[in-house]
Amino acid sequence: MAAPKASLHLVAPIWKGGPRGIRGLSRTVAPEGNQRKGRTVLQFLADRFYDVQALREYLLRKQVSKVHQKNRSFTYVKEQYGPYIAAAYFVLKQGGAVKFQGQEWMRPNGRGRFSLEFFKFQAVPVEAVDASGCAINYQGLDNLLALKELQSLSLQRCPHVDDWCLSRLYQLAGSLQELSLAGCPQVSERGLACLHHLQNLRRLDISDLPAVSNPGLTQILVEEMLPNCNVLGADWAQGLKLGPEEQSQDTARSIPA
Amino acid sequence: MVKKSSMAAAGKEPGRAPGTQAAIAAASCCAKRGTRHTSSPGNQLSRTSAQSRGVPSPTPPRARRTDVTPGSPMAAGGGHGRGSWGSHGETAAYGAEGRGLEAPLANGRARLNNSRRGAVTAEGTVCGIECCPRRGGPQRAMLRRALRLGLGRGLLGRGLGTWRGDSTLDWDGKVSDIKKKIQSVLPGGAWNPLYDTSHLPPEHSDVVIVGGGVLGLSVAYWLKRLEKRRGAIQVLVVERDYTYSQASTGLSVGGIRQQFSLPENIQLSLFSVDFLRNINEYLAVVDDPPLDLQFNPSGYLLLASEKGAAIMENNVKVQRQEGAKVCLMSPEQLRNKFPWINTEGVALASYGLEDEGWFDPWCLLQGLRRKVQSMGVLFCHGEVTRFISSSNRMETASGEEVTLKRIHEVHVKMDRSLEYQPVECAIVINAAGAWSGQIAELAGIGKGPPGTLQGTKLPVEPRKRYVYLWHCPQGPGLETPFVIDSSGAYFRREGLGNNYLGSCSPTELSPQEEEPDPGNLEVDHGFFQDKVWPHLAQRVPAFETLKVRSAWAGYYDYNTFDQNGVVGPHPLVVNMYFATGFSGHGLQQAPAVGRAVAEMVLEGSFQTIDLNPFLFSRFYLGEKVQEHNII
Repeated sequence: MAAPKASLHLVAPIWKGGPRGIRGLSRTVAPEGNQRKGRTVLQFLADRFYDVQALREYLLRKQVSKVHQKNRSFTYVKEQYGPYIAAAYFVLKQGGAVKFQGQEWMRPNGRGRFSLEFFKFQAVPVEAVDASGCAINYQGLDNLLALKELQSLSLQRCPHVDDWCLSRLYQLAGSLQELSLAGCPQVSERGLACLHHLQNLRRLDISDLPAVSNPGLTQILVEEMLPNCNVLGADWAQGLKLGPEEQSQDTARSIPA
Repeated sequence: MVKKSSMAAAGKEPGRAPGTQAAIAAASCCAKRGTRHTSSPGNQLSRTSAQSRGVPSPTPPRARRTDVTPGSPMAAGGGHGRGSWGSHGETAAYGAEGRGLEAPLANGRARLNNSRRGAVTAEGTVCGIECCPRRGGPQRAMLRRALRLGLGRGLLGRGLGTWRGDSTLDWDGKVSDIKKKIQSVLPGGAWNPLYDTSHLPPEHSDVVIVGGGVLGLSVAYWLKRLEKRRGAIQVLVVERDYTYSQASTGLSVGGIRQQFSLPENIQLSLFSVDFLRNINEYLAVVDDPPLDLQFNPSGYLLLASEKGAAIMENNVKVQRQEGAKVCLMSPEQLRNKFPWINTEGVALASYGLEDEGWFDPWCLLQGLRRKVQSMGVLFCHGEVTRFISSSNRMETASGEEVTLKRIHEVHVKMDRSLEYQPVECAIVINAAGAWSGQIAELAGIGKGPPGTLQGTKLPVEPRKRYVYLWHCPQGPGLETPFVIDSSGAYFRREGLGNNYLGSCSPTELSPQEEEPDPGNLEVDHGFFQDKVWPHLAQRVPAFETLKVRSAWAGYYDYNTFDQNGVVGPHPLVVNMYFATGFSGHGLQQAPAVGRAVAEMVLEGSFQTIDLNPFLFSRFYLGEKVQEHNII
């Protein structure tokens, strides 16, 4: 029969209930070259698009729930031992460091293990927290906001600290003197605007914030907002364009190889 | 059965494309002749064995009496089978009508074989399908000739000129047409072989949402999220302007606050802010970038004069009870915190510390749209022009007679065309924003003697509001919240460059004549000069020198009864649900309202936030739920 091969497929599977059933009918115009082995795996996945999609959504949800699990609140510890111990336990579990008043810095060792001897410092307030690189988020910040004598907080390079988290920091306004947000990928100038509550702040580090649209201008505005604070961050001239004389000077310098 | 209706179809629409009719006629021709498994042509009206495998009759577009529903695999498989016959039968049809009538069959067969391109076999098929071998003697030949004559009469409607099967016909074009028709009847395509309906909405949908703005999409999202089984509910969103040029969502200033006086409003806002905070978990789509709402958590600052101070204190108490983080400030504290405010005339101020601010509503809309499409909601670019409903007279428990209406069909008219599609539906959601009143009138709400429940209209109408963008070099700094003055003027910062957005809300006390004409979205710049600037300059002295950069206007879906939303079903039109009338705070409550309406539709009652005070029946009973705000 000289009819095209594709059209044969249209008719046969109905009668024989073909190997792939109804779904096989839509592949009527498959060119000859697609019979290679590698192609069939992709074709297999493409046939089951919604199943693959559901699997990927499940994996995404699992990732998110992992972060949630890390940021759960330790209510038992808080009730038994008080907010300082609960906060210290939370920070140490995340991989950060904590300093009680009059004590040395405590941090977990390379394997993430730490001693529980700070459980005796129930009445000693926490003075400084270094949560650099921890997966702390909006929920987890609950544990830290109960520390009314916290003087120094470092949230450098925390991937889940965003503008919403910054809007909660006003609760530490009474004591916080040093804050570092360097390298947080989700903090933008909109979150920095909420820091005006922290009137006791003396050192603020806002360098290397990729989400801030104009670092130089933001630095000026934050300095205006917090007059008593020493703001470290971008050089104010960073965002400025060169004037015509300076531009030609630069090109003149760069031409000789 | 197949042949009767196909012949009927052929006769009914003589003006149709020749290929279509030929295909149908040829299909019937092949069917008459039988398949490879049966050689007897049999009775014209009997089903052949192939057809008995479940080929349904081809339905004309509007008919609904089909044995098999269009979406089922049986129909698809059967139609597909039919279509295949059509393709091969096509060649036969031309051959048949061209030659079969004049010449005796033996000669005709030879000519048929020669006229076809390529598809000639040793057996010498008539129709080009190996399923129809020509066997039998002269009796068979005579029978077939008679049948062909009958077939020929059926094709008369196409016009005499096209019978001859000349080579002047566009052969390649016809073949590609036929291939397209096959594609459309394959599984997944619409079961409509006569013309292309891919641009029309589906013929059936469980829920039809009128209006594709943030409220409509929020209802669609929650319906799909709260359904008991994946794919249980079919949702269709009908939006007549996909550019959203007049929709309130895109033109909104984008603020969100919890500083209301009604506990329900506060709870709605609280959940909505929680939704926005976790938006990348709610609206996550695999492979798409996360949403950046550009939320400014700067808070709201409401200023009250002497008259409104007591109300404000009360409001703050209620807000704190519900869990909002709001604090009261005296004029001295205000001056300390915000030195650029002139506190003359201010007795009290309430300042939202957390969970309040403003964001980009367009981003929320696009995020919802993308997620909702990935969940399987269908979109239609069209306008709802009619509802077909049925009425039932029923008696209440106390013996009164009530007429309950049920909407059966929604007529969706396509954009810039007179074509419309009746969509059968079970539930209609009115989320049409400023035009919800018109949609309610289409459903017959308000058609009755005034003062009765039938005569109670939906009191939502469009009201135009202006927004102005100005630049003030010495204006308030980065910490500026969304300030709402006691006079009704409001402003907020926009961006880093000392630009500000603001306007004035006409208070309820202002007379009706001052309302701008909602017929268009033209901006009245005099309004800024007369009504907005004086109040702004009085409150913030730095605003005495400012330069207006641009302005726009948008609609409030203004509820003239009590300026709060209408949520839930209508008492008489039992399957129309409202999600509209929020009079300027719809955007900030949209996620929570969407969830409430979805719960109402799926469970029958509000599960999380009790919005019973916002039902439609309050318009008839006269129970106003009004905000005791100072604006």
